[in-house]
Amino acid sequence: MKIGVSSTGENLDANVDQRFGRCKYFLIVDTESMEFEVLSNENAMASGGAGIQAAQTIAKTGAEVVVTGNVGPNAFQTLSAAGMKIFTGASGTIKESIEKYKKGELKETEAPSVGSHSGMRR
Amino acid sequence: MIISIASGKGGTGKTTIATNLALSLGKVQVIDCDVEEPNANIFFNAEIKEREDVTVEIPEIDKEKCDYCGKCSEFCAYNALAVVPSDVLVFPELCHSCGGCEIVCPQNAINWKRKPVGKIEHGITNGVDFYHGLLNVGEIQAVPVIKALKKKIDKEGNVIIDAPPGTSCPVIESINGSDYCILVTEPTPFGLHNLKLAIAVVRHLYIPFGVIINRDGVGDKKVEMYCQTEKIPILMKIPHSEEIANLYSIGIPFVKKLPEWHEKFTELFRRIQEGVRT
Repeated sequence: MKIGVSSTGENLDANVDQRFGRCKYFLIVDTESMEFEVLSNENAMASGGAGIQAAQTIAKTGAEVVVTGNVGPNAFQTLSAAGMKIFTGASGTIKESIEKYKKGELKETEAPSVGSHSGMRR
Repeated sequence: MIISIASGKGGTGKTTIATNLALSLGKVQVIDCDVEEPNANIFFNAEIKEREDVTVEIPEIDKEKCDYCGKCSEFCAYNALAVVPSDVLVFPELCHSCGGCEIVCPQNAINWKRKPVGKIEHGITNGVDFYHGLLNVGEIQAVPVIKALKKKIDKEGNVIIDAPPGTSCPVIESINGSDYCILVTEPTPFGLHNLKLAIAVVRHLYIPFGVIINRDGVGDKKVEMYCQTEKIPILMKIPHSEEIANLYSIGIPFVKKLPEWHEKFTELFRRIQEGVRT
């Protein structure tokens, strides 16, 4: 199964980016083989709607699950419409986060974890 | 003649100038375009007799026709549309009602519905034909409300536009089309910095302009020096005075209590009028 993770860097040793819509990269990781694809987040600097674009980008990759730090209301709505499962509260490296996901240590979120524009405050 | 009152920095005295100038002139139209926090009516106390809703058009997707191709979402510069495998989401607060999604949609699946974003209100007081706009709480686009307000401009008479602070879209929408722009500043480094930004805007729009220094006496002389160097007219200086501040704090335009200012504002208007004509 493929998982989309918000990342600060381009490999599995990079940390999870706490922001979903405004993260630097998305890593699309195959949980069986741990092979991954890197997508640069071109909408990280968008004036608005970054989360909406990010959600569409991930949905197009065929990933079924999103692992991130936090997700805002618009991204949450878009990911949910795409039928994706969202796991927030991830931290540490991408590798560690995926391990935690596999062990069931991450919690699936039923609601946005932060308000609008939270990713812009950093 | 349309005179707009603007400033880069907030709290420099735009509404003070707009209200005192209006009351000195008498027969005039005043339009408070600071729709996020209109406060001119604190000074006018006009009884609101008319109200109009302001609406914008937001796309509504006909899901019978839509084949989720994603062209609308790719086109939208404001990310107001999201297309996922079996759904299209519209985010009304991000939409700028440009109509582009309808043009690019190959399935003709875009319809429009009206969404209220604010209202405009009207009243008459002391010979002032007064309008202001109110953006609904939670809405982020002031421009449609300002556009609705500007439709009320009576070009036959004299019009004073009280603009919002800053230099962004709502300011440009408010002052565009004015015959003259008064830029209000305070004589401080912050005031000067934001005055320069405002000057760049009015120059870009080719609007003749001059500067009023409010709270003159505080800060430094750099605003004056800058205006001299740039040959920008300083139209008026209002001293940093406890009396004026007191009147302001209880919602009384100071021309009502200090009649000498009545003449100064009338004279200011006359000079602007002559300047614009020549």
